[in-house]
Amino acid sequence: MVHGLEWTIKDGFVYPNEFIYWSIQIVMYPYMTGLVAGAFVLSSLYHVFGQKDLQGIARFSLVFSLALLPTAMMPLLLHLQQPLRGLNVMFTPHFTSAIAAFGIVFSTYAMIVLSEIWFVYRKYFVEQSIAMKGQPGFANNFMHILYSILTLGATNMDDAALVIDKKGVKILAGIGIPVACFLHGYAGFIFGSVKANALWMSPLMPVIFIMSAVVSGIALCMLTYIIIMEFKKFKATLARGRGDETVKELGGVEMDVISKTSRYLIGFLVAAISLELLDLIFRGYTAMKSWDILRDVMFHEDFVKIFILQYGLGNLLPFLLLMLPKPSIKRMVVALLLVLFGVFMMRWNVVIGGQAFSLSFEGFMHYHLPIIPHNLETYKEGLFGALTVVTTPFVIFWLINKIIPSLQKV
Amino acid sequence: MNANRRKFLKNALTVGVASSLPLSAFKLLNPDEVRASIGDDNVRWAFLVDIQKCVGCGFCVKACKLENEIPYDAPITRTWVERYVVTKDGKSHIDTPMGGRDGYTSARIHDQDIPPEEITKAFFVPKLCNQCQNPACVQVCPVGATYQTNDGVVLIDRSWCIGCGYCIMACPYGVRFFHPVTKTAEKCTFCYHRINQGLQSACVQACPFGARQLGNLKDHDDPVTKTIMTQRVSILKDEYGTKPQVYYIGLDERVR
Repeated sequence: MVHGLEWTIKDGFVYPNEFIYWSIQIVMYPYMTGLVAGAFVLSSLYHVFGQKDLQGIARFSLVFSLALLPTAMMPLLLHLQQPLRGLNVMFTPHFTSAIAAFGIVFSTYAMIVLSEIWFVYRKYFVEQSIAMKGQPGFANNFMHILYSILTLGATNMDDAALVIDKKGVKILAGIGIPVACFLHGYAGFIFGSVKANALWMSPLMPVIFIMSAVVSGIALCMLTYIIIMEFKKFKATLARGRGDETVKELGGVEMDVISKTSRYLIGFLVAAISLELLDLIFRGYTAMKSWDILRDVMFHEDFVKIFILQYGLGNLLPFLLLMLPKPSIKRMVVALLLVLFGVFMMRWNVVIGGQAFSLSFEGFMHYHLPIIPHNLETYKEGLFGALTVVTTPFVIFWLINKIIPSLQKV
Repeated sequence: MNANRRKFLKNALTVGVASSLPLSAFKLLNPDEVRASIGDDNVRWAFLVDIQKCVGCGFCVKACKLENEIPYDAPITRTWVERYVVTKDGKSHIDTPMGGRDGYTSARIHDQDIPPEEITKAFFVPKLCNQCQNPACVQVCPVGATYQTNDGVVLIDRSWCIGCGYCIMACPYGVRFFHPVTKTAEKCTFCYHRINQGLQSACVQACPFGARQLGNLKDHDDPVTKTIMTQRVSILKDEYGTKPQVYYIGLDERVR
């Protein structure tokens, strides 16, 4: 089967070898990478810049970014025609290629996140390994061994050692911010540097990607935080009744964290939209040879996807919802879902929109997302492949939380 | 006990490091072998297409498919022939059904009949990999599976390509595709396996009108080189800075 044939519809004059080769998984790739980077930046705002109002969400988002980390690689692997050769990138990295450098930036970033988490939770690991010692039962024994390993032998708990831990966190978070931005900025570079593609070819692409990454990362962290807190409230209500003090307290904490975090979200959202509009206006103003076909794609073929779904529903509406006075959790949830949807549509419009027109500038290609898979390829590059990628971080986060309780005060 | 553990760790480390090295790392290459495998410095392969001679018979496309084992009925091809019909209203009607493999016998273009009296000009344009001097596809390949030989031809190592599609995206000419069988990136190689042995490319050999020719730019007595040096030739999509090495005689401004 010719790759791309199943989901590409051609219209007008298109070169014979042209198909939508980069499908939903390549939409998922910058989306998931963006969530990783955004979640990390959010946690660093507290650790580095001491934004005290973010304390409640900082640890959670740090651990969540670890859970998201493996899923940044997943879409790439699912997309490869030869997935078993994926590691070749590490064996023979070709440094003129933006994708090859991704492996290096990604690994560096992974190490920073892991070591930062270690510094944050070292005290907890030591405490746990001591508490579990000598407890009966296989599970306790296993956890004792696990926590002992996680301490890496550094069991010193005096004040000087804990101060060093804090310093380590600060330094790593500091290094982590540029690396996280680089990780994502350069996912944008992968597209922006493709000179053959008139829509992607823009030096603004990396910056646009960074901004929208932070937006989506913060939004997802807030949303997940709300869901978890609501669940806690629900459990507390079941146990103690609606009017109980603890339930009220939980609700108060939740609203406080969310309204403070949303200020950062609005800031980054404004930056992201401004840059995207700047790019659009610049293209129209300079009106290069490719503008004719780009205009056709933007204002005709993809009008609904770009202006209604992305800018309208995904940017403008949540912006208004966030700005309205007297925020409520319900409205926040709607706004956050829309923000996440908007960023997803931005990725979609860049990746799929960039392939919507032929290199001949004389024809169009339409992408029909495979929904019901009937072979491996239509699964991998279809709706269910994307859903697999989306659900994985939550499963990983749940597993990590068994060891590192990111939502409890430690 | 401690000494034994140390010894064990040391051995385990040695085995680990040794097994992580691929076998090929231990292979010694003969310099001549390397030179032969990456092409001759005294050759720079270039292609010359004379649009005025092409009649759109599609023999070249057929020959290419058969020679290079590209599934015959699959809608992908290493080389293709485009048909351009320009009407009095100034519109271009362009098509290439199945890459022009079966020739052009019908006047219908995209389900549209074009009356002959409306036509101001019409011509065929063969396309193939431009074997760029500055190939974007080689630049972006994350594993170095696509590479340029010393004689200027861009090749793909099918045993190393990971199938990411970055090269397909980077090529401004749209010549690359995924081979349906090998699941790796694929494109025209000027029939590198043939020209290396002094044979002609399959499409050049199949062309009954001499519209396609292959030559060595470094040999000034080569007829193709002489034509490129002395006649007015053009290249496709000059603006991308890829410096393509497929030259056209009689190229129309409408061709992209």
